[in-house]
Amino acid sequence: MMPRSTFQIFFQTGAWVVIAFLVLPLLVVLPISFTDTSYIGLPKHGLSIQHYVNYFTDAAWLGATWTSIWIGLVVATCATVLGTAFAIGCWFLSDRASSIARWVLITPILVPPVVQSLGFYRFWVVLGLIDTNMGVILAHTLLALPYVSISVFAALTNLDRNIPRAARSLGASVLQTVWAVVVPAAKPGIATGFIFAFIVSFDEIVGVLFITVRRVSTLPKMIWEGIQDNIDPTIAAVATVLVVITLAATAIGVMRKK
Amino acid sequence: MPRMNEKVSYWMLVVPALAIMVIFYIVPVLGIWKIAFTEPETGLTNFVAMAGSNAVKTSFVITFRVAAITTIGCLFLGYIVAYAISNYSSRLTPLMVALVILPFWVSVLIRSFSWIVLLGRSGIVNDALKGAGLIESPLRLMHNELGVLIAMIHVMLPFAILPMLTNMRGISGAYVLAARSLGAGEWTAFRQVYFPQTMPGVMSGALLVFVLSLGFFVTPALLGGGRVLMISEYITYQIQEFLNWGLGSALSVGLLVATALVLLIAARFVNLRAALLERK
Repeated sequence: MMPRSTFQIFFQTGAWVVIAFLVLPLLVVLPISFTDTSYIGLPKHGLSIQHYVNYFTDAAWLGATWTSIWIGLVVATCATVLGTAFAIGCWFLSDRASSIARWVLITPILVPPVVQSLGFYRFWVVLGLIDTNMGVILAHTLLALPYVSISVFAALTNLDRNIPRAARSLGASVLQTVWAVVVPAAKPGIATGFIFAFIVSFDEIVGVLFITVRRVSTLPKMIWEGIQDNIDPTIAAVATVLVVITLAATAIGVMRKK
Repeated sequence: MPRMNEKVSYWMLVVPALAIMVIFYIVPVLGIWKIAFTEPETGLTNFVAMAGSNAVKTSFVITFRVAAITTIGCLFLGYIVAYAISNYSSRLTPLMVALVILPFWVSVLIRSFSWIVLLGRSGIVNDALKGAGLIESPLRLMHNELGVLIAMIHVMLPFAILPMLTNMRGISGAYVLAARSLGAGEWTAFRQVYFPQTMPGVMSGALLVFVLSLGFFVTPALLGGGRVLMISEYITYQIQEFLNWGLGSALSVGLLVATALVLLIAARFVNLRAALLERK
């Protein structure tokens, strides 16, 4: 091992300190979720799984979880289909107009969540979509589209334009070329886009707070209301389940890369 | 150059997503502008009220201050991580990258909840400090700007790290080596040769964090406890508590204009295309 200078020590140790700051707070929900108390806090006399039992038996929590999952899947499917077609069309065109179209499609990233939610609320009232699953799906699809479009477009930048051209000159129609040549090349981007779209919908809270009332309840909304009203340790159990799933998925991802 | 009828078929792929976005997103957001100028009456009433209100002024100042401090904090902490990942490669590098991306997948709501658990009056930090005998009465770590800033920096950090990482990975080590072999010390070579090359990444990171922080709602609302009213929360107050759609919309227009101005100014220093449209 080479002797290390202060410079190297600063950056190497510093980086791990910062990463600890990023990751460790995610883990605090774990001990809290096993608390034997009825309020948020570390376990007092022993560990208890009562808050997990509560989560997995409470109809409201389970219902909200299920709603979030199925809405997320529908949103991811819609956004992936629309966004992939969009990105592929723009990639073929690659002109000024399509470039403007791409800017239009990413506006949801830039507009503050509260502002867009006000817009949704007023328009959804007119359309009769307030407090409906359809209303949430539509809003989430719009919010997810930028991510799909960006990731599919990024996957296409490495595709040689001569390949679809060759397909066309050999007699394939535009649709056949898209389907048999471009879509396979864009696959990694499409997959990333789908996952992103699901997560965007699954985690979205501000829009849901504005456009739903009683009938539609998603997991983030239950967590939000739980934090606002009485801090119930069930939230810690839910959070732990989600964090553990995320950790497992990341670990699998790292393993597969190696 | 694609032929004309060919172009039409490509546009057919573009139009569905674009049409939905324009009809159900752009139009409603523009509708907010209309409300700002027409409710309760046509004219500039809401904007006059907005300009005359000290509470609004305070809220805008808090918003910009929190966004600015968050940005600086994220750039400083994020730079260290991005530097270490791109310059000291080891077995652990892939793990570091994974850990940087990991928080992205955990919702902002849960991350904010974790900070409530940590920073609350009888939170883990206060309990630990009391247990260690370092403090008598609990410190006030949240329901103030400090708590909001800690949690905001935590939430925004990956947005700062990733653009810097992309930029640093494209920097050749030859320049720093040349500077070192010509006698520059490690810090001098870093400051004068390496750092200037990372400016594009730093700027994209700064832009992303600043713009997202300006409009942030969840974390300030939960950690601020109603005492750190950033514009987004102020808007929801106006609308949910007072049903004052006119003022709420005018504030939204103000926030949109502020965001647009930041982007316009940033466009002089940052390649917006690379920072936003062609993000990796």
